[in-house]
Amino acid sequence: MQSLLSIRDLKVHFPVHGGLFLKQLGTIRAVDGVSLDIAPGETLGLVGESGCGKSTLGKAIVRLLEPNQGSVQFDGRDITKASRRSLQPVRRDLQMVFQDPVESLNARHSVREIIEEPLIIHRTGNAAERRKRVDHLLDRVGLPKGAADKYPFEFSGGQRQRIGIARAIALDPKLVVCDEPVSALDVSVRSQVLNLLLELQRDLGLSYLFISHDLAVVKHVSDRVAVMYLGKLVEVAPAAKIYRDPRHAYTKALLSSIPEPDPSVQRPRVKLEGDVPSPFNPPAGSAFGHRIKHPRYDETVGKELPLTEIEPGHWVAADPCCLSEEDWRKVSAAS
Amino acid sequence: MTTADPLLKVHDLITAFDTDAGLIRAVDRVSFEVPHGKTVGIVGESGCGKSVTAMSVLRLLPQPMGKVLQGRVEFKGRDLLKASDAEMRKVRGNEIGVIFQEPMTALNPVHRIGRQLSECFLLHKKMSRKQAWEASIEMLRKVRIPAPELRMGDYPHQLSGGMRQRVVIAMALACGPDLVIADEPTTALDVTVQAQILDLMKQLQAEMGMSIVLITHDLGVIAETCDEVVVMYAGRVVERAPVKQLFTKPMHAYTRGLLASIPTSATPPKSVLPTIPGMVAGLADLVPGCRFCQRMGRGGGILRERPEFEEVAPDHWVETCPNCFEDLS
Repeated sequence: MQSLLSIRDLKVHFPVHGGLFLKQLGTIRAVDGVSLDIAPGETLGLVGESGCGKSTLGKAIVRLLEPNQGSVQFDGRDITKASRRSLQPVRRDLQMVFQDPVESLNARHSVREIIEEPLIIHRTGNAAERRKRVDHLLDRVGLPKGAADKYPFEFSGGQRQRIGIARAIALDPKLVVCDEPVSALDVSVRSQVLNLLLELQRDLGLSYLFISHDLAVVKHVSDRVAVMYLGKLVEVAPAAKIYRDPRHAYTKALLSSIPEPDPSVQRPRVKLEGDVPSPFNPPAGSAFGHRIKHPRYDETVGKELPLTEIEPGHWVAADPCCLSEEDWRKVSAAS
Repeated sequence: MTTADPLLKVHDLITAFDTDAGLIRAVDRVSFEVPHGKTVGIVGESGCGKSVTAMSVLRLLPQPMGKVLQGRVEFKGRDLLKASDAEMRKVRGNEIGVIFQEPMTALNPVHRIGRQLSECFLLHKKMSRKQAWEASIEMLRKVRIPAPELRMGDYPHQLSGGMRQRVVIAMALACGPDLVIADEPTTALDVTVQAQILDLMKQLQAEMGMSIVLITHDLGVIAETCDEVVVMYAGRVVERAPVKQLFTKPMHAYTRGLLASIPTSATPPKSVLPTIPGMVAGLADLVPGCRFCQRMGRGGGILRERPEFEEVAPDHWVETCPNCFEDLS
């Protein structure tokens, strides 16, 4: 199938300055060579721990951050180097929902102004049509009609996130990047917002890049899941597959640390020592192999550990530290 | 109640805040018990009063707005609400340890780890500086911090989030408390680090035998770590039961709604999740009667008369509102 979004070898590096004359001390490799595709109507879940670069990747896709290297193809067009002006029509189709529904809505604008803004910027309809469209959108995301003339502070967290979603879908986009859209919400409200996102996808044929650290939520909404560790993808597979049969040691550890809301389940936990290493000074070889002090770590130093298709649709980083003997043989044979 | 007296017994606690809108009850007649050596979880959504309950026990309410209006907090047989400030200072950090959500704000950024940790021993245990220093290193070793002698000289910002939380745990446990109150101890941490910290707390409990009150909004964390659960909604306890009983036979509609709304490994992907409609009313608008009925938009006498809180099965207490309560025993 034709991809809606296609990223190849994307890198986003941030310079770090310090010292007396603020000279550059080094770079943080927040996103370090990521390739992925999203098909029309598909949800790709992107999971990883804080600092792994998942939000940076999301922002680089919508060009809120400039990638240093690599390409982003959206709807058949390379938008990596597109100028601000030529990017404007693309922004119609490429929208974003942010984590914090307080920070991401302008407190001095009424809800109508907030949702209408993208319509005005993209010169959509006249005042009367826009008015109608805003009312329709509010209804679509389950907010009462009277909400239009209120201000963000008058709403609860869940309702504010609905406002953010209404703004994101105002221009009928094709892809919405959702960066931790329910992390700030309480449990009972979270399921309401997740249901809304799923319903909008069914009705409008949206694609989502769903970024979250909550693996249970990602499992529920995603068709495919990509696992990110220290700026790189380590495993990509269909959602049902990756949760049933994870191959990469990091994915296994991550999945086994989700607390299951059922006291009768006592799952064996993959013990994981240490913390995520710093992207400022990453290990020279396999980042996860370094964390678990794997004996084969030395083999990976200075090597690319490319994603390799181990089974149809199931990709895993070719890393001897993080795969079973059998999988490592398969992967080595494939590459 | 079973054989021995519980370590902590909170009875009929009412805590209110003095606001522009008048005196508002954040905790409205809450009762629960913490047995010796057990972990009791308090679960509920933001604003349900779970943290205020804990701060009332510790007498750390924001002053002068926060007031305990009624109730008893019996800890080892005496009422903490009647204790003097000087007595409370001896209790906090010595007999009751506290672990807060955000390790960065719980630690003083301008003092080294060693100095902050030794302080507990100097204050409560009449140790010399040298003894306190040695005891601190021992404590860091206990919370599995590698190379503890070196970490003593670090400032909090030099440690990762997981390591910082270990230091906070070391401080809370330094004086060998009988009770530890942990307010969302793993919420700010990543899942793999959360798993490490929860395992660590379980191991330390097995070694040192303290009781834990664990405040969280995460039912997964509750299921993995707690022996008993207190479910709070809008300032009240709606249900209280041993953990297995609560997850298999939730009898209050709110507990059932909470449990149903989280996707588990058994939920079909992309299916519509059950939700609890509406939202919690603002603290100032809460009715005296059943507050979950208020959320569900029900009317009538049930909103005026507070439902009884009854023991419907051994150790299983529920607010028996005719609409929200379903007897599964």
